[in-house]
Amino acid sequence: MVSAVVSTGEAQAQRPLGAAASDLAIELVKINKRFGPVHANKDIDLKVRRGTVHGIVGENGAGKSTLMSILYGFYTADSGEIRVNGRAEAITDSRYALKLGIGMVHQHFMLVDNFSILENVVLGAEDSALLGKSLTRARAELTRLAREYRLEVDPDAIIEDVSVGTQQRVEILKALYRGADVLILDEPTGVLTPAEADDLFRVLNVLRDQGKTIILITHKLREIMAVTDYVSVMRQGQMVETLKTSETSPEQLAELMVGRRVLLRVDKGAAHPGDTFLSVEDLVVKDDLGVTRVKGVSFSVRAGEIVGIAGVAGNGQSELLESVSGMRDQSAGTVKLKGVPLSLEGDDGAHRARKAGLAHVPEDRQRMGLITSFEEWENAMLGYEDDKAYGKGLLLDINAARAEARERIAKFDIRPTNERLKTANFSGGNQQKIVLAREMERNPDVLIVGQPTRGVDIGAIEFIHNQIIKMRDAGKAILLVSVELDEIRSLSDRILVMFDGQIVGEADPATATEQELGLMMAGIGKEAGK
Amino acid sequence: MDMVVILSTLDATIRLSTPLLLACLAGMYSERAGVFDIGLEGKMLMAAFAAAATASVTGSVWAGLAAGLGISLMTALLQGAAAITLKGNQLIAGTAINMLAVGLTTFLGIQWFAQGGRTPQLKEGERFTEVKLPFADELANVPVVGPIYSDLISGHNILVYIAFLAVPVTWFVLFRTRFGLRLRAVGENPKAVDTAGISVIAMRYQAVLITGLLCGFAGAFFSIAQGSGFGNNMTAGKGFIALAALIFAKWKPVPAMFTCLLFGFLDALQIRLQGVEVGGVQVPVQAIQALPYVLTVILLAGFIGKAVGPKAGGVAYSKER
Repeated sequence: MVSAVVSTGEAQAQRPLGAAASDLAIELVKINKRFGPVHANKDIDLKVRRGTVHGIVGENGAGKSTLMSILYGFYTADSGEIRVNGRAEAITDSRYALKLGIGMVHQHFMLVDNFSILENVVLGAEDSALLGKSLTRARAELTRLAREYRLEVDPDAIIEDVSVGTQQRVEILKALYRGADVLILDEPTGVLTPAEADDLFRVLNVLRDQGKTIILITHKLREIMAVTDYVSVMRQGQMVETLKTSETSPEQLAELMVGRRVLLRVDKGAAHPGDTFLSVEDLVVKDDLGVTRVKGVSFSVRAGEIVGIAGVAGNGQSELLESVSGMRDQSAGTVKLKGVPLSLEGDDGAHRARKAGLAHVPEDRQRMGLITSFEEWENAMLGYEDDKAYGKGLLLDINAARAEARERIAKFDIRPTNERLKTANFSGGNQQKIVLAREMERNPDVLIVGQPTRGVDIGAIEFIHNQIIKMRDAGKAILLVSVELDEIRSLSDRILVMFDGQIVGEADPATATEQELGLMMAGIGKEAGK
Repeated sequence: MDMVVILSTLDATIRLSTPLLLACLAGMYSERAGVFDIGLEGKMLMAAFAAAATASVTGSVWAGLAAGLGISLMTALLQGAAAITLKGNQLIAGTAINMLAVGLTTFLGIQWFAQGGRTPQLKEGERFTEVKLPFADELANVPVVGPIYSDLISGHNILVYIAFLAVPVTWFVLFRTRFGLRLRAVGENPKAVDTAGISVIAMRYQAVLITGLLCGFAGAFFSIAQGSGFGNNMTAGKGFIALAALIFAKWKPVPAMFTCLLFGFLDALQIRLQGVEVGGVQVPVQAIQALPYVLTVILLAGFIGKAVGPKAGGVAYSKER
């Protein structure tokens, strides 16, 4: 949990002078915005109180980011009114928004990688034509901000050398340096490790206690519950409801977001493990730079069970996945499928693995799972083009392929239901369903899934989880890798924890606590219990 | 080799590296702002023609320089419109400028002056002549320092001094001014600049115009300072060598100067080596003339390591929906 920081009287005194005029920092009245035929924001009303953390939740495409872009001056609303500190303002560009004290921390950081932290903070807010004075002032100001909000950074460090968590700090510092009183954060934890996310929440609490107003856009309910005071739910371009966080529950929020009841807990019966389908022995894998990332890993997955691999991103899970699925050569060790060693070496290793009955849903679907500029049906058969179902000889039976794509669209509830649409036009969740359908419908013996619900909406998460359980219950062996600890805990029948290229422990999801797993993920705690 | 030979080779080095240096610094502004410019050659050629033609017709070297700068700026603006506003491919835009320049200068040269594309020989006052720096004569007899100052440093035309002065100025502009910070940022992450409330388009146009200005000086150097008149395709690929120098110098002003001096030295050496015999066999002139170009390829391929240019280079900026 996040530790609250006690607010001081001094902090109260720092509130802007106009504070007395209204206790609302931001008020949006009947905001409308259309993009062609899409009505992204419909009559949105929103009141954000000063000195609070206000969460905005909703699925992808619910209109959260559009609304915030209007507030930040990136877009202009078609109609409606924005009031800042009780005064109606026409925010036509982000420069004016900054002037009103509204700062934004974007989901994809707006930093110049080879600039120092200091230069990034100063960029666009220089005092004069010569830099010297601005840099001196910024350096002093950063020291002050670091003290006041506990946001320490090394001003001379180069952005590309610092962690993602620090980069986010720089974004927050940038906004504060420009005098932001209202801070908008767009999906801030998407790229953070759990520890970095906790640190962010601590910073947000400090900022709030110092009188700043924070608007947090997210689709993670856990974060809403952990850090916000109020929460507004958006669905399909409309504001559904604003609630006090203390008076709501994740279940209620999920239902408001999706518009129907959603099961947050995965509903699954006991596993009935059978023969060992996949066994990995003493696997050693190096990354592109020749650094050993998997250091002698052994484990097995039996039919009818889900084995989850937990760990902080970057501890060798990606290389493990890529190696077992034949995309990356192994330096040592063997991978066996139903007792038969798989030959995975070479460029066609992945192809042979698939042929042998090992399906793979890659971690990064847009980079490895799909060609987003292709139409949906082309991706639905990607890698299986030489299958007899799609025609013999040189010619492709396009009609058969499209018919099959349509079938899968119906079966996996992929939306929009048009196989001729470019894959890039599908949402993250639907893209993931396209990949899942392609790999699952092959009826493989072993399914390897990496980050199955990264960037996927709540409604689709439920569906994807149920499909994975269904595969298990059909007697398949499933290897799951995810950085979402909740997902690992709720889906897996056995949990293996990976740290620094090794499996450092095994846990039973029914009994292991989050703390226990967290310690193992940090490399502390019990050794492999085999 | 005696002192005189060394000094005259170095003197030639400075002269020959001047247009390279001007073009290289020109490219630095544009590329640092994220607009790849392979049209340096074309802009120089246009400027060289305009400068010589104007100087010849008006009889004023300054009018010639002004015309060269003006034409180069207009060409840069045209290239900018294609690459920045119309979001065309930057390499194609640059190539188009190069092709246009070769064709247009030859065509207009033949039409206007009827000397096979050449402009009339420039007379005194129509071209830049050597500038004698103060005390050059007085110091000439001081040992070592004297000849270096009076022969090597003094006695060049004004464009040479402008080129070498542009090095510290460029360094200062890029790394010590607000404009430079924004310029470099636009080449690395234009979105960061846009969200900071600065116009990416305006920044890039400013950069491209500075490129045009410096290319104008470089072009004028060919026809109204080093030469005395315009000749067909007289820039002879120097724009591309400048581009190679820019990459070799990793887009930094001071290394750019030394790289251009190196390339200039190779060129000077090449001239001196013509007619040399190796083992009693006369080395063909063409082989020696090709040396600087061959060395350019070798340097770029072998010694440079990984050259990482401005990250957003080559891509037109558009706000995404």
